[in-house]
Amino acid sequence: MDFSSLDPVAMIVLLIGAATPILLAAIGELVVEKSGVLNLGVEGMMIIGAVTGFIVATTTGSPMVGLLGAAVGGAVVSMLFAFLTQYLLSNQVATGLALTLFGLGLAALMGKSYNGIKPPRMDRLNVDGLTDLPVVGKLFFSHDPVIYLSLVLVFAVWWFLNRTRAGLVLRACGENHEAAHSLGYNVQLIRFGAIMFGGACAGMGGAYVSLVRVPQWTEGMTAGVGWIALAIVVFASWKPWRVVIGAYMFGGITILQLSLQALGISISGAYLSMTPYIVTIVVLVIMSADRKKASLNAPACLGKSFHASH
Amino acid sequence: MKFTKTLAAAAAMSLALAGGAFAQDPVKAGFIYVGPVGDLGWTYQHDQGRLDLEAALGDKVETSYVESVPEGADAERVMSQMARSGVDIIFTTSFGYMDPTINVAENFPDVRFEHATGYKRADNVTTYSARFYEGRHVIGLIAGNMTETNKVGYIASFPIPEVVRGINAAYLAAKSVNPDVEFKVVWVYTWFDPGKEADAANALIEQGVDVIMQHTDSPAAMTIAEEKGIFAFGQASDMMEFGPTARLSSIIDDWGPYYIERVNAVIDGTWESTDTWDGIAEGMVGIGAFSDRIPADVQAQAQAAADAIAAGTLHPFTGPINKQDGSVWLAEGETADDGTLAGMNFYVEGIEGDLPN
Repeated sequence: MDFSSLDPVAMIVLLIGAATPILLAAIGELVVEKSGVLNLGVEGMMIIGAVTGFIVATTTGSPMVGLLGAAVGGAVVSMLFAFLTQYLLSNQVATGLALTLFGLGLAALMGKSYNGIKPPRMDRLNVDGLTDLPVVGKLFFSHDPVIYLSLVLVFAVWWFLNRTRAGLVLRACGENHEAAHSLGYNVQLIRFGAIMFGGACAGMGGAYVSLVRVPQWTEGMTAGVGWIALAIVVFASWKPWRVVIGAYMFGGITILQLSLQALGISISGAYLSMTPYIVTIVVLVIMSADRKKASLNAPACLGKSFHASH
Repeated sequence: MKFTKTLAAAAAMSLALAGGAFAQDPVKAGFIYVGPVGDLGWTYQHDQGRLDLEAALGDKVETSYVESVPEGADAERVMSQMARSGVDIIFTTSFGYMDPTINVAENFPDVRFEHATGYKRADNVTTYSARFYEGRHVIGLIAGNMTETNKVGYIASFPIPEVVRGINAAYLAAKSVNPDVEFKVVWVYTWFDPGKEADAANALIEQGVDVIMQHTDSPAAMTIAEEKGIFAFGQASDMMEFGPTARLSSIIDDWGPYYIERVNAVIDGTWESTDTWDGIAEGMVGIGAFSDRIPADVQAQAQAAADAIAAGTLHPFTGPINKQDGSVWLAEGETADDGTLAGMNFYVEGIEGDLPN
């Protein structure tokens, strides 16, 4: 079989495009879960981001303003979840699922008149002398700004969680909300903020799908990426850098199997498509088998409601 | 044309009403969709058919639908729920609903079921489909003529007979006008995932493909084709707005007349389990307007093929055709029978790569 027409650089560029929506949503959800909240509404926030980003971008003519709009859109719907779970103490799992259904429906309604419209193009980086370099130029200096932003965001989250006092407080809320409360921290407010950050990230991830990966608006176009992002957070065992590995691996397997097929190599796409899910399940099993290790990684108060009066 | 048909049907209906059939309860028709109504492809066209039905029958019909129903156990639950809610006839509009439809129909003998694109029937289960392969033949001719790299990309969903038939029909037609043409097939294992469909289109373009065909439901590939400056065809719906310069033509599904006919049969009490497989002649398969970018002689050739298929003088699968392994499938002048077409599970000679099973 002739592999020479398979351009690894082009594949990596495609891979990054497929991975970025997952990466953005997952890094946001990681912060949410680190604060002790499980928000299963990632898919709903993403699709809201996809549609608001699309609407704002086509209205203003600027994809970057669209991205900002998507972040706001995602954050606004996540506030609904935050209010219900933090102040009305509703069940997080049920509320998260409801948020996904609500988001899909609302996005379909909002996007009704945006079918078939072409969004403004997101410019790719073009640095004189760098972008034209062979291989390196295409690999590192030819992407759209969102890809760099997503990686900067991962670094920022890592730095925030591990190197700042505020990050420590946020983690304390996730590990032991009663202790954080007794030290005088407003657990609900901190979680509210974390949820909004998660919503903004998911919204940007959605907008990346509707503005860059498939520049169009179609109902339900995120097609389950939000669920993959949730799985990637567990796969990464709540570590920011591993989220990058997880998202890029998932994107990589998707692109690899499509590219191999386009090349004419018979591989069973069905099994390859399953691989990331299988790996996630295996990681989950390994983690939960060792109780000590699991308790080290998963936030101890994940999914538990907190009320100051207890 | 669809409009005039609807109008004629509506006129006929109002006459019938004037005849005095007022006191009848409306027939309830339910639809199960595999994607969202706004996919602007397969499901969108079924929903257009549902709307045609409402427009034509007015007060005599009440319709409902459930969208984005996964193929599998969940489909049975949704169908059962619909059947219990007093629906008279249920249209299940994806191949993967075949077994769920049969299972649920067994529990609800008084409800009529209509399953699209499958082959299992029962006393209260009818099957219907369109001869999309006739449309594939026409766009295959165009693709063979228009490709300059001689590489045509094909984004396929699941390796089921309907999809395999489409690939074979398109390939044979393209090959007949361009002996050097090569088909690159990518299986994405989903009907609707715009992101993955777009990735598949990009992966194909990386391999030098300059015409893309698809058998998935969203216009994602069309959008990518427009962006990258290559050609593509609308699938199920016209998709013109997604690729004003990329779109060469399209295969358009028109389910409205069939839905009207079947619900009328329920009203008249003449409904029975049948198998319908209509094509270009009956209007269930439509060919979208040709792009100006197609040279006049190619347009004429494609139009002639569509006309001949409609007239019954041309069958897209006419021998000699060999199977991929070189064995003879159809001898000179022989045409494929519907049974073989319905269960087609092999590539024809010349297509590279193994057909997944």
